[in-house]
Amino acid sequence: MRGNAFDNKGESGPSPRRGSGLWDWLNRRTGLDDLLRSALDEPIPGGARFAYIFGSGLLFIFISQVITGIFLALYYVPSADHAHTTVAYITKTVTAGSFLRSLHAYGASAMVVVLFLHLSQTYIYGSYKGRREILWLSGCVLLSMVLAMAFTGYLLPWDQRAYFATAVGTNAVSEVPVIGEYIKRLMRGGTEMGTLTISRFFVAHVFFIPACIFALVASHIFLFRKAGAAGPMEEDPYNPKEEAELFYPRQVLMDLSLTALLIAGLGLLCFFVPMQLGPPANPADAQYVPRPEWYYLPIFQWLKYWHGSIAIVGVLVIPTLLVLAVLALPFLDRSVERRPWKRPIAMAAYSIVVFSLVGLGLRSRYLDRHDPGVTLQLAKQQAEEDAYMRKPFEPELSSASLAAANVTLSDPLAAKGKTIFEGRSCSACHGDGGVGTAAAPALVGISAKFSPDQLAALFKHFTPKMKAGGMPAIDLPPDDLKALIAYVESLK
Amino acid sequence: MFRGGFTTHDPQVSPTGPPVESRRSFLGVLLGLGSFFVGALLAVPLVRFALFPLLRRTTETKNSPLGELNELSSLTEPVMHTIQMEQVDGWRKAISEKVVYVTKDSQGQLCVLSAICPHLGCTIPWDGDKKQFVCPCHDSVFAADGARISGPSLRGMDTLETSVQDGQLLVRFQYFRQLVSDKEVIG
Repeated sequence: MRGNAFDNKGESGPSPRRGSGLWDWLNRRTGLDDLLRSALDEPIPGGARFAYIFGSGLLFIFISQVITGIFLALYYVPSADHAHTTVAYITKTVTAGSFLRSLHAYGASAMVVVLFLHLSQTYIYGSYKGRREILWLSGCVLLSMVLAMAFTGYLLPWDQRAYFATAVGTNAVSEVPVIGEYIKRLMRGGTEMGTLTISRFFVAHVFFIPACIFALVASHIFLFRKAGAAGPMEEDPYNPKEEAELFYPRQVLMDLSLTALLIAGLGLLCFFVPMQLGPPANPADAQYVPRPEWYYLPIFQWLKYWHGSIAIVGVLVIPTLLVLAVLALPFLDRSVERRPWKRPIAMAAYSIVVFSLVGLGLRSRYLDRHDPGVTLQLAKQQAEEDAYMRKPFEPELSSASLAAANVTLSDPLAAKGKTIFEGRSCSACHGDGGVGTAAAPALVGISAKFSPDQLAALFKHFTPKMKAGGMPAIDLPPDDLKALIAYVESLK
Repeated sequence: MFRGGFTTHDPQVSPTGPPVESRRSFLGVLLGLGSFFVGALLAVPLVRFALFPLLRRTTETKNSPLGELNELSSLTEPVMHTIQMEQVDGWRKAISEKVVYVTKDSQGQLCVLSAICPHLGCTIPWDGDKKQFVCPCHDSVFAADGARISGPSLRGMDTLETSVQDGQLLVRFQYFRQLVSDKEVIG
């Protein structure tokens, strides 16, 4: 079997050297050498080429996304209350935070670019032919997973851009007849976007989709090794005849050159043009003009053309047919011919799709540039983002502090009570603003349980629980007692 | 072109250089080292990112204004002030109100006392009739300048760091360890 290192020379030849070093010991225990050999001694018919570097490039970006994503989760909190604050904290305060967040965000774009190159190479070289149907299908599912990761991750910073782009994106889903509205509600966790939407997108982005991607990447690589490298476009996809060269070293070096390019490119980009964060999402902003990330612009523009009764054609029929055609490709195209110039239909279809996507994206940009209203608003939004980035990070006031700060002291009696509350060390146990501590319960909202008269009675005759808790006797003149009760009742 | 796996035991001698195997294993070592150094370089921002809270003080205390120095110097007995203290905890902050007393020490100089009892942390009120601080929890009694008079507290009330800026008296609030006889800053 080709591509299986377990029947290569290393096994049939003399047994591996029996050294006494650590490496040899580790080898005897783990079989690491065999594993490495099976990874590196993959035969490539026709020899190493730069055309084959994109798959490992994708693997590199994926690993980078996983690592940066895990680190970002050190500070990120997925809730409508805190998401934006925590991303602002990462971006503006945490050392290397802006760099890592940029690496993660630009990494998504890099992923889409390299994925497009990988897919194009596979398509143009006819590498999906010759018992590679499932390999192709797993690649298609991976493509959709990557796009889903980009979509779900985009919302998480919860700034204006993220909020409105996702509002539009989820609204587009509701255009699907019959079940569209239901799917939209399922994605949003309700009819409107809110904190439940963040939770759902976060779980999809961090747990669900990555788990699927891990499994699919493993099966994609396994299926690739099982089928073997397809080699150049003149090669027979079933029984390669050209002389094979092993993956290591030349192909490894070529693959590493792309990795080096990605590291340098992304590193410089993230360092010199870090990803911005806009002001926090304001759902009430009716002026905001949402625009998706560049890779979703073609779909965004496409959906603009389909309205009313024919919407179903553009929203459902054509995309479904396109997806089915892509999935069915290796089943429909059974010829062994791989040279693109001998496959005019396949190449025409590819060109039409690529030109349509690029055309739609450019059209969207063109329309934005030639609509003075939109241009003005987009410039304003950019200016707001720039202004927000210049502001220093402002920590979020904790809810307990807010409760304490919000105590309405318009009533002078309650204001006097507050002084007594603090002066008599009530706050030592009941907390500032009566928010409660480990030593004594919260007093916030106590007016719902006790009327002022009941409180006055309670202050004179403690319950056994209050006595047991060490509540000191309240020995106050009647006026002060009244003020204290007024203050405690005002705690909401 | 390189041929064969790196377990080939009959090294082919290339016409110009060392055997293929040694050249390949040399490359392997080079690549391994290269990957290690690039990986280490990429890990630098990750480590700095993860260690940020350890290298940066997260709780910052600021000086809070108490009022005009001229007005305060004419006081005859301790005056209670509530200052707001901001505690920064990562990306959130808590504002808590702390009670302090502006009073005069034994030399007649202005000083600021924390109202937190050095015994077990209750807030100590000023008893205007007795001209003493009397802790309501365990009856520790302190003089107007904060000196310990009686009760379970092991030391007098804690003085806080003060400064003067533009005629304003400023105080820096701090917490002190309870139940010990010497003042010791915590947190």
